[in-house]
Amino acid sequence: MRRQCLRRQSISATNDFALAKARQSRVFFIFIIFMGQKCKGGAIVFTLLDLVQPNNLAEAYQILSDKRNNTILGGCAFLKMSSKRIGTAIDLSNLSLSYIKEQSNFIEIGAMTSLRELETHPLFQKYFNGVLPKSVYNIIGVQFRNVVTVGASVYAKYGFSDVITALLVLDTEVELYKGGRMPLVDFLNKPHEKDILVKLWIKKNNRQAAYQNLRKSASDYAVLTVAVSKLEDQWTVVVGARPSKAAIAVKASEVLSKGNLSVAEIEEAAQKAAEELSFGTNRRGTSEYRKALCQVLVKRGIMEVLNANQRDG
Amino acid sequence: MQINVTVNDKLLTWDVAKDEFLADALRSHGFLSVKKACGTSCCGLCTVWVDDKPMLSCTVLALRVHGKKVTTIEGVSKEAEEFARVLTAEGAEQCGFCSPGFIMNVLAMKNELVNPSDEEIIHYLTGNLCRCTGYMGQLRAVKTYLGVAER
Repeated sequence: MRRQCLRRQSISATNDFALAKARQSRVFFIFIIFMGQKCKGGAIVFTLLDLVQPNNLAEAYQILSDKRNNTILGGCAFLKMSSKRIGTAIDLSNLSLSYIKEQSNFIEIGAMTSLRELETHPLFQKYFNGVLPKSVYNIIGVQFRNVVTVGASVYAKYGFSDVITALLVLDTEVELYKGGRMPLVDFLNKPHEKDILVKLWIKKNNRQAAYQNLRKSASDYAVLTVAVSKLEDQWTVVVGARPSKAAIAVKASEVLSKGNLSVAEIEEAAQKAAEELSFGTNRRGTSEYRKALCQVLVKRGIMEVLNANQRDG
Repeated sequence: MQINVTVNDKLLTWDVAKDEFLADALRSHGFLSVKKACGTSCCGLCTVWVDDKPMLSCTVLALRVHGKKVTTIEGVSKEAEEFARVLTAEGAEQCGFCSPGFIMNVLAMKNELVNPSDEEIIHYLTGNLCRCTGYMGQLRAVKTYLGVAER
């Protein structure tokens, strides 16, 4: 069995080299044990020493705080591809955190709600021009979106996250078990602390929103994501997958909020967004490419919001 | 750990490891239609239904299906055979390796969408990769099977 695992693992040249070197030395047996632990069905996955399914949040938080490598499980799609060694994995499945509830002023989203539920729930088709369903529409496939959770996507502050970009352009707050309730933007900017994301609160209002993204293929990670929204005269522009986490383009939002929205002002806002935010390079695109793309997508987002406003107004 | 799971309408009690994924648990209990391939949650090969929703069994921990209903292609063999005949007639199947996951997702789509458009069909099936047939034959087959081919 271990030999089979080894064979699968040794596809890459790096592993071939490591295997050849290891054979020559005493560490060969240690190497076999290590690879045997890491190889489950041919893929590198996390190591999980224990798993608990607590019955309340207090218990979950206590276990989370007990050891540094204790971790909350979300949908596991991204986590399982890491080589992380988890002491005790905490599964929140028994805490009934999978829900979308409409309250008088807010919409509540439980942390264990799947992205597919976000995509198909009638409430989100009705509000904000369907910006949330649009943001998750291209994430892999239906089977994947049925597994991954909103809470994990937000809590992990993934740079590539489509859903954070869309949530950030709305009036979203996060509720943490220990840290309490705070605006999403504050949560994204604060240093990482161990806590449990319990739910999201989205203020119900007439905010018009649009989501734009560019992907090299339909279900790939986005090269860049942009969300734009408008509530009365206040505009918000958010850019994500830079490839670092989504951020509000404050100056661009101000230009739009103060201006008359002439073509020149829209161009200026798009340029400001590209200038004030930082962009990085990865295998999907260079920082220069992302910067240029940002202007185009911000402009498209603004035009989409203006069209929606005209249609509804 | 012990879990109780209803697989294809049969209540089963399994001993599963804490870090065991559903795909591995199903295969070790004889449900060999469930296959693993990409290991990155994006090929759709391992698709099964959990409480009637299509999910990637390579990504769902086996412990999480305790008390739930799991359906593999063995549990919907009549519908699967019917669709497989259409697939074959449209020349949309070659090696057949991706078929179990693909068929499970097509049947899930049939239960979920009413008269889907081409765009809706393509979108629903984006998570199923096929590396030999190509997708046009599959689209023809799906439309024929759903009775929306004339549109």
